[in-house]
Amino acid sequence: MTRLHPTTTPAAERPAGTNRWLDRAHLVQGGLLTLMLLAPVAAHLLGEVYYVNLASRIALVAMAAVGLNLAIGYGGMISFGHAAYFGLGGYVSGVSAYHAFDGSLVMGLPGSDDMLVIWLAAALLCGLLALVIGAISLRTSGVYFIMITLAFAQMAYYFANSWPDYGGEDGLPIYLRNSLPGLDTNHALSFFLVCFTGLVFSLALTSRLMKSRFGAALSMARLNETRLATAGISPFPIRLVAFVISAMITGLAGALYADLNGFVSPSMLSWHLSGELMVIVILGGVGRLYGPLAGAILFVLMETLLGGLTEYWKFFLGLVLLGVVLFARQGVIGWLAGRERHE
Amino acid sequence: MSVTLLIEQLINGLQLGTMLFLMASGLTLVFGVMGLINLAHGSFYMVGAYVTALATASTGSFLLGLAAGVLAAAAAGAIVELLVIRRLYRRQHLDQVLATFALILIFSEGTRWLFGSSPLWLSPPEALAGSVALPGGSRYPVYRLVIIAVGVVVAAGLYLLIAHTRLGMRIRAGESDREMIGALGVNIRRLYTLVFALGAALAGLAGSLVGALQSVQVGMGEPVLILAFVVIVIGGIGSIKGALLGALLVGLVDTLGRVFLPALFGQFMAPSDAAGAGTALAAMLIYILMAVILAFKPKGLFAAHD
Amino acid sequence: MSEAVLSMSGLHKRFGALQATHDVSLDLRAGEIHALIGPNGAGKSTLIAQIAGSLRPDAGQIHLGQRDITALGVARRARLGLGRSFQVSCLAEPLSVLRNVMIGAQALQGHSFRFWRPVSRDRSLLEPAYEALERMHLAHRADTPVAALSHGERRQVEVACALVLEPRALLLDEPMAGLGPEGSARLTELLETLKREVPILLIEHDMDAVFRLADRISVLVAGSVIAHGDSAAIRRDPRVRDAYLGD
Repeated sequence: MTRLHPTTTPAAERPAGTNRWLDRAHLVQGGLLTLMLLAPVAAHLLGEVYYVNLASRIALVAMAAVGLNLAIGYGGMISFGHAAYFGLGGYVSGVSAYHAFDGSLVMGLPGSDDMLVIWLAAALLCGLLALVIGAISLRTSGVYFIMITLAFAQMAYYFANSWPDYGGEDGLPIYLRNSLPGLDTNHALSFFLVCFTGLVFSLALTSRLMKSRFGAALSMARLNETRLATAGISPFPIRLVAFVISAMITGLAGALYADLNGFVSPSMLSWHLSGELMVIVILGGVGRLYGPLAGAILFVLMETLLGGLTEYWKFFLGLVLLGVVLFARQGVIGWLAGRERHE
Repeated sequence: MSVTLLIEQLINGLQLGTMLFLMASGLTLVFGVMGLINLAHGSFYMVGAYVTALATASTGSFLLGLAAGVLAAAAAGAIVELLVIRRLYRRQHLDQVLATFALILIFSEGTRWLFGSSPLWLSPPEALAGSVALPGGSRYPVYRLVIIAVGVVVAAGLYLLIAHTRLGMRIRAGESDREMIGALGVNIRRLYTLVFALGAALAGLAGSLVGALQSVQVGMGEPVLILAFVVIVIGGIGSIKGALLGALLVGLVDTLGRVFLPALFGQFMAPSDAAGAGTALAAMLIYILMAVILAFKPKGLFAAHD
Repeated sequence: MSEAVLSMSGLHKRFGALQATHDVSLDLRAGEIHALIGPNGAGKSTLIAQIAGSLRPDAGQIHLGQRDITALGVARRARLGLGRSFQVSCLAEPLSVLRNVMIGAQALQGHSFRFWRPVSRDRSLLEPAYEALERMHLAHRADTPVAALSHGERRQVEVACALVLEPRALLLDEPMAGLGPEGSARLTELLETLKREVPILLIEHDMDAVFRLADRISVLVAGSVIAHGDSAAIRRDPRVRDAYLGD
């Protein structure tokens, strides 16, 4: 078949955006990341280990939300079950450490307390779980999708609850934090840097991904599925792969989160956690790269500050969330960095 | 495995099924008529139980308490609809999920604030405290049988309401064509408030009845809510008939699975392993059921809407 | 007679009691514009859906070239060279015109599981997209979000989206609707040159345009093709007059 237009006019290079790195959005994003990095360093210098760990918590919650944002914000797949991956990641950490500790085998394999091995296993297992859940759930859409993802996560929750080998509903302690070659992971700031690296990695990955062909197809699947199919690309595999990547990011965050707490329990799989991750994505600004980070900072700070004032802080979280959903659709990042622009 | 145990568990499953139907019918009506997904439906279950427990304690009459509980749930439903829910009808599902998730936080933490974390106690009325003989010789609590009867009566009433009354006609019209019903001159806002309050009342009724069997506490509505979601997904969202069938299916499968799966596994596994594996699988059974049904019918058994 | 690029034979589609498509056989040959006309409710939309792949016929076959595409999905047919435009604009509104067109170029170059290279600097996508836009005289709007376009411009973007697929056959569903006189004159001219490269199955309400452009016309009434021929024959056909004016 011949090309339609033998007389090719070369595409005019579009003028590169001037001052791209000086505009408000980039300043806010850079500011958030710098704050995220410098605050715990300052806390460390002041000897406030509690705040260093708080920063690790923010980084990991944000990373989990970055994963969810890929599904919800960029892919338009409203997963109400990402706790399944967060929790599975956590259990990989816990179970692996457990077997490494007593030298026993799990499914014929030895445990490991090496984080690199644990991350690899967590990413693979979460990806596999998401492949199965996604393949079934993505056959449906709308409310069905929301409820099915929720139901699958509940399945994981009840499984962990009733499976006695790893603590059942009591959860599983990680007595010694898993290790990384050449780094003391028990040192709060070192561990924070690991978490921060994870966060930056997930942000960079999402950013790069969404600029690629895959990202273009995923955006189109969200904005206009019919257009994507008419252009010759089946939406289903694109969505499924995005769902899997999203679950892997959230799962990695979960693996680190279990290490941070030295503990993993079914609560990491609970639907409250799925809901809270969604809340973080929305509070921050759905479909915005730095939305999850802004949302996580806000969420964890509210939890810490309000939670210090009243035991019933979630009552006020509910009010704030209701206000944001009803009246402030842009989220924090929209309010800080201005409206989103499409290329 | 005795016949008695089987009969007993069948009735238990039926009882869970009827309670799930009370929850699921409200959820599915609200989705069918208004296109709204409501996570806070479990909160009305909790409101019904709390008010019933408090009113029963202060009046000494379970019936008065029950009436108060159902009315309170309906009132809570109407107020929530007027203040929040009606702003959400035209919004995306994501907004609906989040706003109603926020409502759960407000209801649950608000209740904890008012009444503390320790459960309230509510016992079935004296008159129903006894038990009756089942075929096979064992005895079964009357109150549980009464719950099933209430569920059957409500299901029949709901059927009559929807099939044979003006309100039901409007509800059906609203399900098939939301624009149309406005054009018919029906006061659509009032209809929506009414439907929402009706759903809340049914949830409140379920909460009150079950509250007398279990403890009345914060968060009690959540496991039931998620089961009700499974029910309406299986049945087809928006379909009352689907909700009924789904509720019975889920009630029976869940109850029977929990009792018989560990025993079944015991046939070919070491007893200690069998208990663990059987329990774990039983806990997941209805979700597996749902996944299998959806793999064949992505819109549930009686799909009414997209 | 040249060989058929796209052909349908014996298509049937029934919705309950309604026979929406009844034994429809049509073909589209190289170099021609074949117009499909018919009153509202004649079953044109149902027929297009079957050709494009969003609806399966109950019976009958559809071939693109030698290939039986009856069982293939929308995306697969598009990759095999079936381009289409929609009656109601079907574009991603927040995205730029260019991005809407580029997605087609992307599909043409194989799978989209490429995760690394940014599309904004990918000349192999940009060039064909600009080319298609230039054909539609829309290159100057490349960076405009679709939401900011006029009705007529969206129509043109739709055609550009179809062109970028390097289609073997084009399915245009009322491309003239909503275009001003100037716009439709320009599009008419474009379609006339375009048909030499790619044959067009044209569904159109604007009868002036149909009679001017079409090499052949088929008339669809109540799911069946009741008449078939060139403009002159169709103009004269009493059954066509009945169908349009009778009720």
